[in-house]
Amino acid sequence: MIEITTDVIYPDSVASKVANASHGAVVTFLGTTRNTTADRKVLYLEYEAYRPMADNQLELIIREINLKWPGMKIAISHRLGHLDIGDISLIVAIGSPHRANAFSACSYAIDRIKQIVPIWKKEFFEGGEVWVGSQEDMSLKHSKDGPTTITIP
Amino acid sequence: MKINIKLFASYRENAGVNTLALNLPSHATVSTALDTLLQKHTAISSDKEKLVTAVNGEYQDHEFELHDGDELALIPPVSGG
Repeated sequence: MIEITTDVIYPDSVASKVANASHGAVVTFLGTTRNTTADRKVLYLEYEAYRPMADNQLELIIREINLKWPGMKIAISHRLGHLDIGDISLIVAIGSPHRANAFSACSYAIDRIKQIVPIWKKEFFEGGEVWVGSQEDMSLKHSKDGPTTITIP
Repeated sequence: MKINIKLFASYRENAGVNTLALNLPSHATVSTALDTLLQKHTAISSDKEKLVTAVNGEYQDHEFELHDGDELALIPPVSGG
């Protein structure tokens, strides 16, 4: 099951989609908005998506998981629009007969979402705004992680 | 032939529009479409080779041949999750 919505998303609701009497394990991942990135104080985020390509890419990821780890039930829910600090942007829930594969599949799902799904987040921080992943974002990151000068008294 | 360009995130902001129509010769490739687009909208990107593209919702490389009515999307580095 996949879902892309501007509504608030709820962990219990998404997890219930993968519950099944034959599953001994349900693993749920929540992606939440942090208040800091590379020393920037983040005020809020805005997410946008290219639909229906984003929907199709999420379905593709589920098919990939089904091929790698047959027998699992997968639910992915991504929220768009304005998100405040602490809000949940992404929920991935995996139901599986046994727990080991459920953790692997969940981790795989998140990695793939971050690689191929056409969804973008814009960070509004104290002093400006930037599209995460853009050249501007990279140079902002590097200016914080760059070489520091040590003064020897 | 005519194709529709879709722009998102930073590319949309740089161009000032989210969608554009482009007139191209038949059998034009994604590469040709990008050349035409970037000539008019230089602010979108300074590195054509790095641009990730999708035609009708599927990732395609720059050699992909376009057809009349196709939707060509320029996909900036994604940041979902």
